[in-house]
Amino acid sequence: MIIATNVTKKFGKLTALKDVNATCNKGQSISLIGPNGSGKTTFIKCLLGMVVPDSGFITFNKQNISLDWKYREHIGYMPQIGRYPDNMSIAQILEMMKDIRKKKVANLDEELIEEFELNKIMDKRMRTLSGGTRQKVSAALAFLFNPDVLILDEPTAGLDPLASEILKDKIRKVKKEGKLILITSHILSDLDDIISEIIYMQDGQLVFHKTWELLKKDTGEEKLSRAIANVMKSKI
Amino acid sequence: MGKIIKYVMLDILRNRIVLAYMIFLILLGFSLFNLNDNPSKGLLSLMNVVLIIVPLVSIIFASIYMYNSAEFIELLVSQPLKRINLWLSFFIGLSLSLSLAFFIGCGIPVLLFAANSTGIMMIGMGILLSVIFTSIALLATVLTRDKAKGIGVSILLWLYFTLIFDGIILFLLFQFMDYPLEKAMIGFSILNPVDLSRVLILLKMDASALMGVTSAVFNDVFGSSVGMTVALFILLLWIFFPLWISVRKFNRKDL
Repeated sequence: MIIATNVTKKFGKLTALKDVNATCNKGQSISLIGPNGSGKTTFIKCLLGMVVPDSGFITFNKQNISLDWKYREHIGYMPQIGRYPDNMSIAQILEMMKDIRKKKVANLDEELIEEFELNKIMDKRMRTLSGGTRQKVSAALAFLFNPDVLILDEPTAGLDPLASEILKDKIRKVKKEGKLILITSHILSDLDDIISEIIYMQDGQLVFHKTWELLKKDTGEEKLSRAIANVMKSKI
Repeated sequence: MGKIIKYVMLDILRNRIVLAYMIFLILLGFSLFNLNDNPSKGLLSLMNVVLIIVPLVSIIFASIYMYNSAEFIELLVSQPLKRINLWLSFFIGLSLSLSLAFFIGCGIPVLLFAANSTGIMMIGMGILLSVIFTSIALLATVLTRDKAKGIGVSILLWLYFTLIFDGIILFLLFQFMDYPLEKAMIGFSILNPVDLSRVLILLKMDASALMGVTSAVFNDVFGSSVGMTVALFILLLWIFFPLWISVRKFNRKDL
């Protein structure tokens, strides 16, 4: 569904991505793992067209994304740090997004809005919200339009345990529907039962792309956090 | 595209600066027309203030607004929207609201006290200048990532167009006093939209006689309808050229 070919991106002297090749298919739930600054977020932003690669290309459903912008209709994106216009209320943001996406009301997935109890604070302005509440809004927005692809950048960071459980349940549910899910997270225990594949990145390079089963076999570990620790140690 | 323009304009209207700008222009207009017994004198004073204030407010407000909307733009870029449309929507939203504020703020007193061709010319030039400086502000903001630096660049650009450029011209005039510079002055005026609009307004006024030989040459060139069209075309170029570069830059920008 998403194919990245030789994607390279430099920020000045820093090489954020170096010849990254990856293939993501429908029904997979892929976890992007790697140390801080390994290029995970840059890679995600390349997929979304927010960062333009210096060389290489990315295709979405066989369409080159640099020529086509409509593909973003099929993506729900939850950023690491949700940044929204300060003066708008939650209701206005939701209204605006619905307006932009032109989706019919019947197709909307408002489950997270209800579960996070955002209905009670709909009139609050974005600048008055706490970091966690902002994350809730980001999550609700990512799932709102029933997208085929979900890109979640550190989804549970900043959420309280209850909210992060709600979100994880939601991810599990969506996974069953056969959607492509891309997650980055440092809280690896979150991911154990959600993911099916692992992409490990380091210094802007894609080190490996394996299924979770294969990684379990290779490292002999049952827990993702241990398996990854194992990998990181052997790399050093 | 229309939707984004709507949201940008709603956001700007909620911001009281544009409203304050409009009220300031109304008060300025009324006080200047009441201070001078002759409405054409009042118009002349108003023009001198407007040619300084309009570029200043437009360029500073537009650049601050663009920096404050960085999050908004980031949010929208990840949505199914074309980048060009996004950028143009911000441009249109900003220039529409600034022009509207100018039109109401300056238009009311002018149409009440001096509703002649000069007055209408001044309103038209004010609107064009609002749009031109919004376009320049967008270019400045797309080129500099840092907010403080970007606003600094905007202030410098304003200083250049309203003061420094005229200083350079005066310097050149004194240095080459012995040569006939009247024709060259036309070339110079094209390089600065503020000067060009000042010339166009002055030519409609009796005060243009004060400019001497240069005025005669200007009148020759810009007084005719062909010259006027060319001048308007140049002003439109001042809108489109910075806008075009900024669109190209924004298309490749990392957010």
